[in-house]
Amino acid sequence: MSSDIDISLTVNGERVSRRVEARRHLIDFLRLDLGLMGSHTGCEHGVCGACTVRVDGNIVRGCLVLAAALDGATVETIEGVSDTGEIRDLQEAFVARNACQCGYCTPGMLLTAAALLKSNAQPTREEIREYLSGNYCRCTGYHAIVDAVETVARQRSGKAGA
Amino acid sequence: MNQVIDPRSVDRPNSYIGKSVPRPNAKKLVEGRGQYVDDIVLPRMVHAAFVRSPHAHAKILRIDGADALEVPGVLRVFTGADLAAHCEPWVATLAHLKGMKSAPQLPLPLARATWAGEAVAAVVAESRGVAEDALAGVWVDYEPLPAAVDMETALASSTPVIHPELGDNLCFQRVNESGKIDDAFRSAHKVVEATFHSGRHTGVTLEPRSILADYNRASAKLTVYHSTQAPHMMQGVFAKHMRLPEGDVRVICTDVGGSYGIKVHVYPDEVAVAAIARIMGRPVKFIADRLESFSTDIHARDHRIKGRMAVDAEGRITAIDIDDLTGIGPYSVYPRTSAVEGNQVVNLVGGPYDFANFRAKTTVVLQNKTPTCQYRAVGHPIATAVTEGLVDLAAEALGLDPVELRRRNLMRDDTYPRTSPAGMKFEGLSHIKSLDTLLGMIDYQGLRAEQERLRAKGIHRGIGFASFIELTNPSPFMYGIGGARISAQDGCTVRIDPDGSVMAATGVTEQGQGTEAIIRQIVAEAVGVPIGEVRVLTGDTLTTPYGGGTWACRGAGIGGESALQAGLAVKEATLRVAGAMLQASPDALDLVNGEIIERKSGQSRMPLAELARIVYFRGDTLPPDLPRELMQTRHFITKAYPFAFTNGVQACWLEVDVDTGVVTLLKHWCVEDCGRIINPLLVDEQVRGGIVQGLGGALYEHCVYSPEGQLLVGSLADYLVPMAAEMPDIEVGHVETPTKESLLGAKGAGEAGTAGAPAAVMNAINDALRPFGAKVFAQPFTPERILSALGKVPSRWPVEAPARSATEPGSASASASAATAPASEEPRDLGFLARLFGRKG
Repeated sequence: MSSDIDISLTVNGERVSRRVEARRHLIDFLRLDLGLMGSHTGCEHGVCGACTVRVDGNIVRGCLVLAAALDGATVETIEGVSDTGEIRDLQEAFVARNACQCGYCTPGMLLTAAALLKSNAQPTREEIREYLSGNYCRCTGYHAIVDAVETVARQRSGKAGA
Repeated sequence: MNQVIDPRSVDRPNSYIGKSVPRPNAKKLVEGRGQYVDDIVLPRMVHAAFVRSPHAHAKILRIDGADALEVPGVLRVFTGADLAAHCEPWVATLAHLKGMKSAPQLPLPLARATWAGEAVAAVVAESRGVAEDALAGVWVDYEPLPAAVDMETALASSTPVIHPELGDNLCFQRVNESGKIDDAFRSAHKVVEATFHSGRHTGVTLEPRSILADYNRASAKLTVYHSTQAPHMMQGVFAKHMRLPEGDVRVICTDVGGSYGIKVHVYPDEVAVAAIARIMGRPVKFIADRLESFSTDIHARDHRIKGRMAVDAEGRITAIDIDDLTGIGPYSVYPRTSAVEGNQVVNLVGGPYDFANFRAKTTVVLQNKTPTCQYRAVGHPIATAVTEGLVDLAAEALGLDPVELRRRNLMRDDTYPRTSPAGMKFEGLSHIKSLDTLLGMIDYQGLRAEQERLRAKGIHRGIGFASFIELTNPSPFMYGIGGARISAQDGCTVRIDPDGSVMAATGVTEQGQGTEAIIRQIVAEAVGVPIGEVRVLTGDTLTTPYGGGTWACRGAGIGGESALQAGLAVKEATLRVAGAMLQASPDALDLVNGEIIERKSGQSRMPLAELARIVYFRGDTLPPDLPRELMQTRHFITKAYPFAFTNGVQACWLEVDVDTGVVTLLKHWCVEDCGRIINPLLVDEQVRGGIVQGLGGALYEHCVYSPEGQLLVGSLADYLVPMAAEMPDIEVGHVETPTKESLLGAKGAGEAGTAGAPAAVMNAINDALRPFGAKVFAQPFTPERILSALGKVPSRWPVEAPARSATEPGSASASASAATAPASEEPRDLGFLARLFGRKG
């Protein structure tokens, strides 16, 4: 029915080879083919950001990227960055500040927040709000998320300055 | 006993009630290790996809699935008739809502589709993708029928009757009246009036509706993994309508990705999945996609309300009169019914105020749109917007500050218990103290000065207030009395394990509010163990006490109290055993931080783990007749009041760009009295999250329909939900008036934010627009609606005439015709402009 494509890539530090349908989206590849359920499908239109993952270091919408295009790519998901501890401070801040309620948006939100802090170590609240606007949260009203990201930015810069 | 929850005891050892303790289940969520229904994969699992009606109203002449069955991987195609053989229809009415009527509904309809998006056939395949591919191979012959779309004409003789057996499109009507309403308006000093619209909107849970049903023929048991707020209710629904013994149905509710009331209803496509699982004898999964969510998740708040208020020369409210109309779709939704929202409006209008003459009428009509039902703060945002809008109009008519008018009319804090003109019984509220607390947070005079100063520069800012009440902790008077199998009580089982740790199983459920966190706090304090020793189990009908689940803010008030009582009972049982072991009176002992101590000296006598070891492994060493039940269950139901009520007040500070119509939210405040606060960290975020859902409905969210009944907003790119950039910081304050119904004193906090936010926004916009004499009363307050109120763009619907807020006595009806409906059939919202241009900074 559709032409399948062989891909080999690195997912969370592990080499993965699969044959995928040409129409397979990255989010479905991660969830259905690799069993990585930490990234979620929210709108399938690239709007809500619940499926946010990293490809070659940049955050992307898992529902807008085709797995077939990822031969040779490096993909990181919430499971991977949790295992490496890379964003542990953000995760701890989200828990401490109750910046996560139902948790469905949270993995994507965290990866976007991590990308923000990589590009802007000292964002203002307005800059945090602007950057996170591609990630919808229906539970928190965002205030606590902004607080948590702001706290981590301060902590990191405090450490950097020390 | 009261010391258990005395906030002054917060610094006692292992006292947790009242403290900001992080949620125990949050860590797995931030690491992506939660488990939502779509994360569950079972052996032999298959996937369902639905053929949905493209017509708002059509006869189904024929369904032919032969081509679909040719698609490799497709297993079965089901029609309404196929499933009807395995399922009893339901009728969503409540006996205490007199005269209410609705038509029988099945998982898939037999002969007619009655809204665009209604499932009419199902395809089951080895993957969701294949099932969706095959939908195109299901041929449905429709005969389109005229649709009843506009609620304003639902009862007109020229409008088609959706269910001929009902006689007309009227679902329910009620007038709630007290005092002498006509006399009050005749003798009024001023009468103000307006027509309000709360735009139809929906919950948009980021995790869509999700179900995985598995029928095991060998054991004759149905197991349903379900994203729901009410697993026990759903157990009963599946059992009753699929003719199974209730004990053969188990509903398991793992993590739920948002609910807000959306996931407490019976959806026909979900019952279809359970029926298909029963027929096929294997697990069947269905996860709604976003278009299915928009066209089949319940909608809410589709109301038009004509309201008027009479005041005397001293600025006292003397009467409120409202006429509410709401369109609920073609069926009342099972089992809560779709009449409750309108019923709440007529119960809650005027709620915070002390006045005598009241009339509120609701008319609930059927139409060919997506069914509506209870969504977060059911009816409250509507009642509050009408009440608070009229209060601001009255203040303007009297030349009084809106805060002053509220102060003169709010029920005084020392006048409880009392009953409102609408018949609501209030045990104890704190409107005046809440208002004072709010004024202490906002620098009102400063904001007014800033407003004045900026107006001179052409910058138009406004501040709006909204006092509100919120109904929580419903007794059986809400649903049970009407015949619905919806439990108002809830239970908790607390068990001490051999290592001295504690397990608590509760009937209330977790969807991110922090239910498990507060149950853990309460149980840890009640039993007397470190909080880390308590594990909480929710969301499984096989293993938790029977209960109603989490809705109407009942998790803390009902679930929390049952947990407190169960924990205290376990402590009492433990101390009895300890007394026997230590040859002391149980009264002389206490259990604190996992240690049995001597109450007087505080001296440790024995670790709890040692006591548990003896009880479980060396029971032979205890006196033979000694009871040693280290597991206790308690259930709780409210008794003195049909509902608890919370109260609060919100303020909104915003800027209106009078050239673009864009509203920029600058700051929002809320003071809430939710009774005893168990965890301030969680309460504040419940309030903030609720406020933002209210702000979304007020400014952006709208289920827009074409005149033919086609939903025009089917994706998150079309239907706007609040994003981080356009939301303000929100400051939350508290007043605590615990309910005396329970030892815990908690009333609930989940819906207050949503209840008050739209009213505060509306009043702030109208405050900003005051120099122009323009007003908006129709939500969402889009740039286009604001510009048309300003007369800057032609209106595509009749709007409130500018500058009409007050009339002299006796002339009240003269201007009433100025307010008519904004057509729900407007071609397309321009709310997206706000998204493009409305950013701050």
